[in-house]
Amino acid sequence: MSALSSRDWGNLALCAIALAIAACLPWTAGAYGLSIGVTIAMYTVLATSWALFSGPTHYISLASAAFFGVGTYVTGIGIQYLPYWTLLPIAGLSGAVMAALVGLATLRLSGVYFVIFTLGLAEFVRQIITWSQNISGTKGIYVLTSIGEMHIYWQLLGLAALVWLLGWLIGRSRLGFALRIIGDDEAVARHSGIDTARAKILLFMVPGAVAAITGAMLAPRYVYIEPSLAFSPMLSFQVVIMALLGGTGRLWGPLVGVVPFTFLWEAISVSFPNQTTLLLGVCFLVIVYLLPKGFVGLIDLAARRMRSAEGYA
Amino acid sequence: MKRRTFTRLAALALAAGVAGAPAMAQEVLKVGAVAPKTGPLAGGAAVSYWPNVKLWINDVNGRGGLRVGGKTYKLEAIEYDDQTNPGETIKAVQRLVDQDKAKIVLPPYSTGLNLAAAPIYARYGLPMITSTATTDKADALSAQFPNVFITLGGAKPVVQGVVDTMVKLRDRGDIGKKLAMVNVADAFGIELMNEAKPAFKKAGFELVYETSYPLGTQDLSPVMKAAKAAAPDAFIAWSYPPDTFALTEQAIVEDLKVGAFFTAVATAFPAYAGRFRTAVDGVLGIGGVNADGEAFKAYAKRHEEVTGAKPDYWASAMVYSSFQVLEKSIEAVGSFDNAAIIKHIKANSFDTVIGPIKFDGHNNNPSFWTVGQWQGGVFKGVASTGRDGAVDVKKKAAWK
Repeated sequence: MSALSSRDWGNLALCAIALAIAACLPWTAGAYGLSIGVTIAMYTVLATSWALFSGPTHYISLASAAFFGVGTYVTGIGIQYLPYWTLLPIAGLSGAVMAALVGLATLRLSGVYFVIFTLGLAEFVRQIITWSQNISGTKGIYVLTSIGEMHIYWQLLGLAALVWLLGWLIGRSRLGFALRIIGDDEAVARHSGIDTARAKILLFMVPGAVAAITGAMLAPRYVYIEPSLAFSPMLSFQVVIMALLGGTGRLWGPLVGVVPFTFLWEAISVSFPNQTTLLLGVCFLVIVYLLPKGFVGLIDLAARRMRSAEGYA
Repeated sequence: MKRRTFTRLAALALAAGVAGAPAMAQEVLKVGAVAPKTGPLAGGAAVSYWPNVKLWINDVNGRGGLRVGGKTYKLEAIEYDDQTNPGETIKAVQRLVDQDKAKIVLPPYSTGLNLAAAPIYARYGLPMITSTATTDKADALSAQFPNVFITLGGAKPVVQGVVDTMVKLRDRGDIGKKLAMVNVADAFGIELMNEAKPAFKKAGFELVYETSYPLGTQDLSPVMKAAKAAAPDAFIAWSYPPDTFALTEQAIVEDLKVGAFFTAVATAFPAYAGRFRTAVDGVLGIGGVNADGEAFKAYAKRHEEVTGAKPDYWASAMVYSSFQVLEKSIEAVGSFDNAAIIKHIKANSFDTVIGPIKFDGHNNNPSFWTVGQWQGGVFKGVASTGRDGAVDVKKKAAWK
């Protein structure tokens, strides 16, 4: 790993300032603004960690809801016995272990097989929880705590900072380099002596752990947890579409997808409450057709044009 | 030509504006409602929830508007779809209060979404008279959120109502003591099954067949075949809407001969009778109403006139009644002081379409219907925890 240049230090300082400004939201925005802030922070964390794995490897994972649901259940069940702060690492660990197991079983698969498996995973875990409820006879779980929206927002912001830091570190490491090669051509990577399965599993544990921690943080907001609410497949799809809208090529890519998408989604919910799902589908199509590389691609293109324009001038 | 078209359009717009003006003379009050229009619970909300929002606003405006402290307000609904997603419910409630400045926010739909929204209602101090949440934890909830009221009851009283009904049939000699009982393996079905098993055992019944099936099971014929093979005297299913329909269908196909047939959620829906016609006669289900009472009859008639659909015989009337409690409390207090409104709701008894509602010390409505039965094309209440108008339960005759 090379030493940090002065430009790296400058970028780090800028990020820290941006985070500090974002952390002031609970005082500057009303309750409604804060709830939008929570949504943005939540999807930023989920989409960024998703892109850490799926960006370089091009493996589309629809497992976010599975890890998220496991995290909410860690809080739901654990809050009766353990202090809240211990639950977040437990959730992260469960998510990572689960991701490792899934990775061992499936990451040798590629393409559509992997997508289908991850989609099935959320349903599979949900059925296991339902089955164990049927055996034990407990219904939905109540999470009655004094944790408010602003606490959840700050926690998510902290987690987002961690994810960015981790992504940045991975990008500079041998692992990050290996993954970029795998993404370009897996056969070449294998022939260069890279243990492709190990690299993919290690990296898949990141979105697994992060999504589980996010679920654990959100559980107090939901108050009442049942499988159909915790393992909603919509969540997995929204994470993917937001990350793609932003672009997975850059660490900050998902963020520029999450923010406009959240406001777009808000606008649709407010103006067309009877056609939300229909319009969401139309948005998906428009994004895929018009912005295949996301906003990042658009910004890069604009930057290139500007540079070439300067060259002529 | 183009200019003339434009002038005409402008004149039309002006005329429309002038015609619309008298309606604006009265002050408009925004009423917020958030419930599923899409997602897994959209079907139930379309039957029990949304038509009542329309009907209630229509009724209040029909009698001149909401009278608050000498002023009369026309009500206007702002409806949001929460997509059966608790995060969206929370956001929509905040949007209603902060952005839309809604003075009245109606409760959401279903147990999960109501509880997810409870902290937000509590923070704004909004009275939240839930009408579609069932819970046995009313005491814990009201301790944490003193603005939340529960009207639809919990699992324990429902099970007690079913047990009492079966005991009555058995003591009359209509059924024996052999029972087949199944449940959908999801929150609601699991809880009721676990309450029901020991309760029936205590009452002296013998469980000859029991099983559970996952939510969304398409083919329930193996369940019904196995139940029939056990030759029960009564069949009980703690079921959700899709399986309520599927189990009834299979019972008719297999010609299950029992003296009592009980299915849970959706048995009280008009669509249930619409699907199985005369075969539903004698079928027992969760819920019920005082179907012969004048208050319900008048309500059902208005419901059909205004919304074009019949109300169901369980939650519909409760949803409307909870709106009535809110309406009466706001008018009695004479302002939008939520703390005073909540105090008024706690202290008084309210006359509603399901009868009088008076909350106990835990903000719980202790009187609700638990079991109903289709009799002559109407789903009539046969057991309740203190409601008037229960009819006598009948033995189930052969399917026809």
